Amino acid sequence: MSDIASRGYANPDVLVSTEWVAAHLDDPAVRIIESNEDQLLYPSGHLPGAVQVDWAVDLNDQLRRDYLRRDGFEALMARIGVTRETVCVFYGDRNNWWATYAYWVFQLFGHDNARVMDGGRQKWEQEGRPLVREVPSYAATAYGAPERDDAPVRAFRDDVLAHLEAGGQLVDVRSPQEYSGERLHMPDFPNEGALRGGHIPGARNIPWARAADPADGTFRDAAELRDIYLNEQGLSPDADTIAYCRIGERSSHTWFVLTHLLGFANVRNYDGSWTEWGNLVNVPIEK
Amino acid sequence: MSAAPPPALAELLEEMAFLDRAERIEYLIEYADRFVSVPERIAARPYPEERRVKRCESQAYVWAEDAGPDAQRYHFAVENPQGISAKSFCAILDETVSGAPLAQVAAIPGDAVFAIYGRELSMGKGEGLLGILEAVQGFAREAAARGR
Repeated sequence: MSDIASRGYANPDVLVSTEWVAAHLDDPAVRIIESNEDQLLYPSGHLPGAVQVDWAVDLNDQLRRDYLRRDGFEALMARIGVTRETVCVFYGDRNNWWATYAYWVFQLFGHDNARVMDGGRQKWEQEGRPLVREVPSYAATAYGAPERDDAPVRAFRDDVLAHLEAGGQLVDVRSPQEYSGERLHMPDFPNEGALRGGHIPGARNIPWARAADPADGTFRDAAELRDIYLNEQGLSPDADTIAYCRIGERSSHTWFVLTHLLGFANVRNYDGSWTEWGNLVNVPIEK
Repeated sequence: MSAAPPPALAELLEEMAFLDRAERIEYLIEYADRFVSVPERIAARPYPEERRVKRCESQAYVWAEDAGPDAQRYHFAVENPQGISAKSFCAILDETVSGAPLAQVAAIPGDAVFAIYGRELSMGKGEGLLGILEAVQGFAREAAARGR
């Protein structure tokens, strides 16, 4: 894949290369943060000096279905030794799927000093770069976070209903089988289940991973992304957009692509996603 | 005929119930470190499509070979280098399920996956690991039906 700067992204500064990260492993102004789907990966080996932010344990409220609040976020930042000035660089498995999710949650608290390492773990490993098992510890910081501000990047079900009624642009980033309603969820997996299958009416189906090159996990360049999202699927960068999946993790990847790489004006992630919509009483569904 | 799961697996599940999350992860990584890919005498790359676990995103493959009148030895390959949960699960099945009577293998409940990996397992991962278990059980049921 070519240099990030030459790929035509709207906001190329949100991405850093593996080379850049390798040169900043010891930089005290930078914190490298690993976020994975597979909970065994970080403890089995991670970038030297990297801390882990775990989606299930660190980012979610442990009681209600919501993200952590200001005090929780401040405690998390203190634990990983981050100040508001620290540049947080996220990376992870599966084309940076969970890394972009963590990045998105950080935006709820306005931590825009944030980057994603292009290619994530896959590219780092393919390049034979070092992984260590030693878990670093950093001096606790005092991080003063603002109250969580959901409105700019997060949509709730009522927002989605209003958006739907206004004919707004929707992107369903799940697999075609989930979109069609052919596949609901695993019988043994009640946590992510839904009573009804299908999709929100009018949503375009653009599976999230199309934005990444499977060969090395890097993001496709802007021309390729425009081909998929604009030319093939007819999305307009100027229209308000809501992306969703099953629990909001895959759609945070698409949120990142549309917002930062293609420069869409207003994209929100509906993290309630199909596990909420597919269980709601009396909302429209299309199959 | 109803049967209990293989005693070695039941023992492991009991043991895991006492571990906290960090201990469980350490334990599973030890299994992943012990993972041995399918020997060449059973299969060589490129592995046949019909041995691939359809629902597993870590490109896992499963084989069975006869091991005595009522048992099989299971072999695995995990082609995704980041498929560490898949590797740990394959190593667990190899160590606790290979060689067990076929009816015991067929009797392993699907929620064993959650007992081992915890409820915070993502659905994608859960689906892949269940797919591996079901592939093993498919071999056991097929062998039992053949009257072995």
